[in-house]
Formats: sequence, structure tokens, C-alpha cells
Amino acid sequence: MKESTIMKIHYGTALASVGLVAVHILMRLTTGFSDSLSYENVLANYQSIPYVIMLELILILLAVHGFNGLRVILLELKQGRVYEKAVSYGCVVGMIVLIGYGSNTIIQTNMGMI
Amino acid sequence: MAQVSSIAEEQATTPLSASKSVLLRISRFNPETDESNKFMEFSVPYQKWTTVLEAILDVKKHFDHSVAVRYSCRQATCGSCGMLINGKPRLACFTKISELNSNVVTVEPMNNFPVIRDLAVKFERLFDTHQKIKPYLIRDDTELESDEKEFLQSPEELENFIQFANCIKCGLCNSACPTMTTDSSFVGPQALAQAYRYVADSRDKGKDSRLDIIDESHGIWRCHFAGSCSQVCPKGVDPAMGIQFLRGYLLGFRS
Ligand code: HEM
Ligand code: SF4
Ligand code: FES
Repeated sequence: MKESTIMKIHYGTALASVGLVAVHILMRLTTGFSDSLSYENVLANYQSIPYVIMLELILILLAVHGFNGLRVILLELKQGRVYEKAVSYGCVVGMIVLIGYGSNTIIQTNMGMI
Repeated sequence: MAQVSSIAEEQATTPLSASKSVLLRISRFNPETDESNKFMEFSVPYQKWTTVLEAILDVKKHFDHSVAVRYSCRQATCGSCGMLINGKPRLACFTKISELNSNVVTVEPMNNFPVIRDLAVKFERLFDTHQKIKPYLIRDDTELESDEKEFLQSPEELENFIQFANCIKCGLCNSACPTMTTDSSFVGPQALAQAYRYVADSRDKGKDSRLDIIDESHGIWRCHFAGSCSQVCPKGVDPAMGIQFLRGYLLGFRS
């Protein structure tokens, strides 16, 4: 992929994340802070489909943004053909694994399996 | 006759002893024999107009001829004499000791360039990256063959790029750039500013090929807006601005 395409995605995911994370934090403020993290409340949140979709979106956006950010940082830290290939593929794999693991948690919780 | 004698009198009233002196600390390092650099200190007389380069040459003439320094034009034109002066990348021939407001002047080789010896550094990386962005007009016809004698350009079209054409390849911007320090493959502010200089030239037709060259993993995107390049440029080039304009083309804000 062209670097400019990757960076367009990077800036796009960054801006979208800022918006969605703000909504996410504002929703946490509807209950008191300690209540917000109580076990029942957390589970209950996962029953609301719009909320679950938002969590999944934040997960994807930040996994893509975060791992690309990490790739950029690592590419600037050290150079070399093999190292750079390892960093690029490693970050794509990390991204997929994180999205897979997070989605699995979200889906299982939503379906009441946890 | 009266005028001549008054000039003579005037010269007589400014004796050399009126000059002050400054402690000049010169970084000495030979990568072939030394583990690290050492500073040698010299007390050098200076006048209001004495430049740091003149002070270094004074040391070479009177104290230690082996100090290695590169210079040529002595008028901020050739781009040879870049060095760190009291920690900041500057041209030695374009920096007066009096403007530094310090009793101590420390000169070191530029950052982000391998040292040959003392203050002289290798320019290969700068020349390579400069060459890589194709620093010439790209088009199929030439001024020699076409009917028109020259490719005409309006003052407005010239205005688009002329400040970038002032670059003297001194490398001060590359020396100030934090990304240049960590990323040994980064193309750097000097080459990026020159990429913009040609992309913005109405006579040039090589925009796409040049944008392709800088759109890679160690290209333009590794600039993080530190802006130190533009602060140190002695010729008024603003590489940081050129980089943002180039980004504009790549992100679709400019065409
Ligand atoms: C997961 C960890 C994260 C990493 C490793 C990371 C890394 C990066 C990197 C390397 C850049 C590029 C900076 C540059 O080009 O100078 C960047 C830009 C950006 N990031 Fe992140 N980021 C992370 C999380 C976040 C989060 C949680 C948000 C907001 C909700 C965010 C918002 C932004 C924004 C708005 C930009 C664009 C500004 C810029 O390019 O400097 N990032 N990020
Ligand atoms: S842009 Fe300025 S600082 Fe950089 S090489 Fe050219 S003249 Fe020197
Ligand atoms: S000696 Fe030429 S720029 Fe300083």
C-alpha cells in the first residue's frame, strides 16, 4: 500500500476515534464513576446494540491507528530490510489478533455467554 | 587631500587593541584515531564584525593549523561552513561573534552528519537525497529545441517557488531535524524543500513522479512538524512549509 494511503487511514481513524472516544467517555458519565465500572453495569451495557457497535468501531479504529502508529515509531527507531519487513507484517498481525480477541469478547458478552 | 588625511586619522583612532577577546572552544575529533571528541580552547581577539569563521581561521593561522574546517565563499553562498555554534546549526561565515552575546563560543560539527575530522562533515547523504528527488525541470521539450526562446513564467508563478530556490545545500536544516537523527533512511527537509521547489515550478511537468518518490515509508510522512528546519535556515527557505504544501498534494487538498 502507498504510504499516503496508509497515512490517510491513520489520520481518518485518529479523527473518528477522538469523536467516538468522547461519546464513549460521556456515556460513562451518565452514572457515577464507581457505578460505571460495576460488574452488572458493564455487562448490561453490552446488551445495547448501538453501544456494542460503537465499542466494536472504537476497537477497530484504535487497533488500526495504534498498530500503524507503532509501525511508524519502530520504523524510525531502527532501519534495515529484514527488520522493516518484520515490523510491518508484525503490526498487521498484531492488529488482526487484537481486533479478533476484542470482537470475540464483545460478541460473547452481548450473547450472554460471560 | 584634506579628505585623505581625515581617513588616515580615523583609521589611527581605531587601534587593534580596541578589540575584545572571546574564548573559542573548538571540537576536535578524528574518527580514525579518537574514541570521542575533545574541546580545545583559544582566546581570540574580535571586532564587532568578526565572524566565527574568521575566528576559527585566526586559530589556524596563529595557534593550530591542523583544525579541520570546510569553507569557501565566506559570504553565505557556497553552503560549506555549516556547524553547531553555541549548540545551534549556523553558517560560521554568516554568524558574527558579537551577535552571540556570549564570552564563550563553542563550535562543533553539525548533528546528523558523519564527522570527517573536527568541524568537517560528510555530505554524501544530503547529496544522495537531493539527487533522489530529481532536482531539475522535467519535461519532454527543451528550451533549445522549441520555437520560443525560453519558457515564460509570470511573476506570480515565480513567487510560488522562488524562496525555495534560494537553498544553498548547507545542510543546516537536516542537522536540526529530529527525524534525521533517528531515521537513517529519512529523505530530510533539504530534499523535501527541493521537491516542492520543482513541483511548484510552472515549467515543470514531473510532479507525479516526484510525489511518488517522496511517498514512501521513509519519505515525507516521517516529518512530524518539529519545524526546526525552518528556524535554522540561513537563506530564508521554509522547508517545513514546503513539506506541508507537498502533503497537501498527497492528501488531495492541492492539485
Ligand atoms: C494506541 C496507541 C497509539 C499510538 C501508538 C499512536 C500513534 C500515533 C502516531 C505515531 C501518530 C503520527 C504522529 C505524526 O505523524 O507526527 C499519531 C497521530 C494521531 N493520533 Fe495517535 N496513537 C495512539 C492512540 C491514539 C488515540 C487513543 C487517539 C485519540 C482518540 C489518537 C489520536 C491521534 C491524532 C488526532 C493524530 C493526528 C495528529 C498527528 O498526526 O500528529 N491516537 N498517533
Ligand atoms: S533549506 Fe536552508 S538550511 Fe536547508 S540546506 Fe537549503 S539553505 Fe541550508
Ligand atoms: S563559507 Fe560559503 S557559506 Fe560559509
